[in-house]
Amino acid sequence: MSAHHPAAPVGGKLLNLPVLVCGVLVAAMAAILFVRFLFGLGAVTNLNDGYPWGIWVVVDVIIGSAFACGGFSVAMLVYIFNRGHYHPLIRPALLASLFGYTLAGVGVLFDLGRWWNFWHILWPTYANPNSVMFEVAVCISAYITVMWIEFSPVFMEQWGLKVQKQKLEKVLFFFIALGTLLPMMHQSSLGTMLVVMGPQVNPLWQTPIVPLLYLLSAVTIGYGVVLFESCVAASAYRREIEMHLLEPLAKVMLGLLGVFLVVRIADLVLRGALGHALSPSLEAFFFWLEIGCFVMPFVLIGRTAARRNPARLFLAGVAIMLGGILMRINGFLIGYDTGLGVDHGWNYFPSVPEMLVTIGMFAAEVLAYIIITRRFPVLPREGTAH
Amino acid sequence: MTTRRDFLRGCLAGGAAAAAAVVPEAACARDTLQRPPEGLGLLYDATLCVGCQACVAACKRANENPAELTTMDELWDAPLDTSGHTFNLIKMYRNGTMETKDSELNGFSFMKTSCMHCADPSCVSACPVSAMIKDPVTGVVGYDPDACIGCRYCVAACPFGIPKYQYDSPTGKIGKCELCRHRHKDGHYSACAEVCPTGATLFGRTEDLLAEAKRRLALKPGDWTTIPRGRLRHAQEKVLAGGEDGKGQKHRHGWRDEPDQSYQAQVGNYLQHVYGETEYGGTQVLKLSAVNFQKVGMPDLPPKSSAATSETIQHTLYGGMIMPIAVLAGLTWVAKRNVVPEADEKKEGQS
Repeated sequence: MSAHHPAAPVGGKLLNLPVLVCGVLVAAMAAILFVRFLFGLGAVTNLNDGYPWGIWVVVDVIIGSAFACGGFSVAMLVYIFNRGHYHPLIRPALLASLFGYTLAGVGVLFDLGRWWNFWHILWPTYANPNSVMFEVAVCISAYITVMWIEFSPVFMEQWGLKVQKQKLEKVLFFFIALGTLLPMMHQSSLGTMLVVMGPQVNPLWQTPIVPLLYLLSAVTIGYGVVLFESCVAASAYRREIEMHLLEPLAKVMLGLLGVFLVVRIADLVLRGALGHALSPSLEAFFFWLEIGCFVMPFVLIGRTAARRNPARLFLAGVAIMLGGILMRINGFLIGYDTGLGVDHGWNYFPSVPEMLVTIGMFAAEVLAYIIITRRFPVLPREGTAH
Repeated sequence: MTTRRDFLRGCLAGGAAAAAAVVPEAACARDTLQRPPEGLGLLYDATLCVGCQACVAACKRANENPAELTTMDELWDAPLDTSGHTFNLIKMYRNGTMETKDSELNGFSFMKTSCMHCADPSCVSACPVSAMIKDPVTGVVGYDPDACIGCRYCVAACPFGIPKYQYDSPTGKIGKCELCRHRHKDGHYSACAEVCPTGATLFGRTEDLLAEAKRRLALKPGDWTTIPRGRLRHAQEKVLAGGEDGKGQKHRHGWRDEPDQSYQAQVGNYLQHVYGETEYGGTQVLKLSAVNFQKVGMPDLPPKSSAATSETIQHTLYGGMIMPIAVLAGLTWVAKRNVVPEADEKKEGQS
C-alpha cells in the first residue's frame, strides 16, 4: 500500500468575507428559529396538512444527509475496495459528512412539532421496529457517533494525544466497517420512507426497489460531492486540484451512475410506469429534468480527455448533486399528492423564513468547514500530494 | 498493493447490502392485517344524509375542540377541511344544476370525512414512537400525545388525509377521530352517530355494519325499509343481555340503554360497492354512496395495504438483524486487512 500523505492545517485568518457572510446567515436562522419555537411551525413555515413535510425535512435532512455521503463513499473505496491512493481525499470528505449529518440530526429538531419528546425515538419502550423512520433515526444517530470517532484522530494529532491515537487506530477498522454499513442502511431506508405513503406518491417514484435506488444514488452523490468540494476548496484556498485522484474517481462515479440509471429505467419499464413520464404534467417535466441531470455527467466527462478538465469535473459533480436533489424533492414533494388524484387543493411552496433556515443550515456547515480546515490537519499538505 | 482479488472481495462485501434489496419477498412477507372480529366502526350512508352537520358540531363538543373562525365576521365555526381541531366534516359533491340528490349529473351528494380506522393503518406502521396504536380488541386507532414527537409521518402516510397537525401551536398535537373511545367507559359511543337524525351515520361492530350495508345493497331502490339510528344492535344482543360472560360481550353490553330509534325510509339508488370492505385490507368505517366514491373524495385503493409492503421490505432487510450483522462481519474482515495504522505503515517504509 502506498504511504498516506500527511494532512496539515491550511492556516490563515479566520475572519474574512465568507466567514462573515456565513455568520450573518446563521444569525438570521437563529432569529427565525426563536419565533418558530415560541409560536409554532405555522408561524414561520408554509407547511400544511396536505404537505406536512417541507424543505426542513426534504432538503435539510433527506438531501443534506445524501450530500454528506462523501465520507462514506470515499472510505468504502479506500478501505473496502482497498484503493489506498485515494486516501488524501478521506479527511476532507469525512469532515463534510460529519457536519452534514450532525446538522441533519439537529435540523430534525427544528421540524419536530413535539421536539421535547425527541428522546422517545431512542427509548426502547416507545420503539416501533415496523416504522421505517424508527430505523432511519436510530441508524443516523449511531452513524453520527461513529463518524466523530472516525474523525477524532484529527483532533488527537493537533492536540498531541499520541498514545490515545495509537490505541484508537488499532480498532479503527471496526468503526470504519460500521461507518460503511450504517449509511447503507439509512440511506436506503430514507427511500423506503416513501413506501408506506402508497399510491399518494406518483408511480415514477413509488417502487418496492426504492431502497436500492436511494442507496445507489447516495453513493454516487457522495463521489459527486467530493468532485465539487475538491474543486471549491482548491479554488478558495488557491491550492492545486488533486486531478490525479479526481480523474479516476470520476470514472468510478460514472460506472456507478450507469448502474443506477439502468436499475432506475428497468424498474420503470418493468412496472409499466413509464407512461406517467409521457403525460403532459408537472411530474413528468420534473422526472425528465431529474433524468437529464443524471445523464449529463456522461456528456460532460464521458471521454478520458474531458475528465482531465477540472471545470468539467466540477460541473459533472454539480449535475449529479442536482439529480439527487430532484429525485428526492420529486418523490417527497412534487410527486406527492394527498388524496390521490382527488384534488383537495393543497399546495406547498416554502416560505422565505423557511428557506432562510435551510440556507442558514448550509452556511453553518460551510462556516465549520472553514474553521476546522484552517486550524486542524484535514486537507493534504500542499506539495506532497503528487 | 491493490490486487484484483482485493477488489472482488470488496465487491462481495459491498454488494451484499445491495443484494439484500432483491431477496425474494416471500422470505419475510408481512400480509395485510385484517379487522379484529370485535372491531367497532361506523356505517355512513350518503343517501340518508341530509347534510345538517349535527355530527360535525357533536364531534367538536365531544372532543372539546375550538371553533375555526375562517369567515370575515368570525362568528361561527366554519372549518375549511378536517384539521388538528376538526375531526369530522360533511363534504358536498355538486354537479351542474344540482337538482337531484345522489345524482352524479346535475345533482349533489354528501360525504363524511373522518378516520376510517383501517384494519392495517399506515399511520400506525409509520409512527416511530408508537404514539399511534390500534386497539387489539376494538380496532380503534388511538393517538397518545405524550408519546408523540410531532414528526407528522402519520399525516404524510395516511391515504385518506386524516391525521392532522396543529400548526398554530408551539406544542401542537395530532388531531384525528378516535371513535370517541374516551366516552365508551360511560356507555356513550361515537357522538356523530349518537346525534345523527337520519341514521346516515350508524355506530356498531364492523361485522354487523357490513351485514347491514349488504342488506341495503340487496334491496330494490325506492322500496321502503327499516333503517336503524344511533347504534346498530347485534342480532343476538337481546338473547345475550342477561349473561355477562366473555370480554367481547361485556363490551357490547356496556353501552347505554336507548329506545329503538329505527324508522322507515326509502332505499337509495346505491352503487354496488361497500367502500371500506376491502380497501387497503378493509376499514372499520364503511360507506355507501350513489355517486362515484372518487368523485365524493374517497381514494381508489388496492386491497393490499402500503403498511404491508413497507414492513415486508423492512423485515426482509432487518429481520432479526441477520442481514446487517452478516454484512458488518464481511466489512470488518475486509477493513481489518486494508486499514493499516499509520505508525505501522511508517515502519514498512514507502513501498
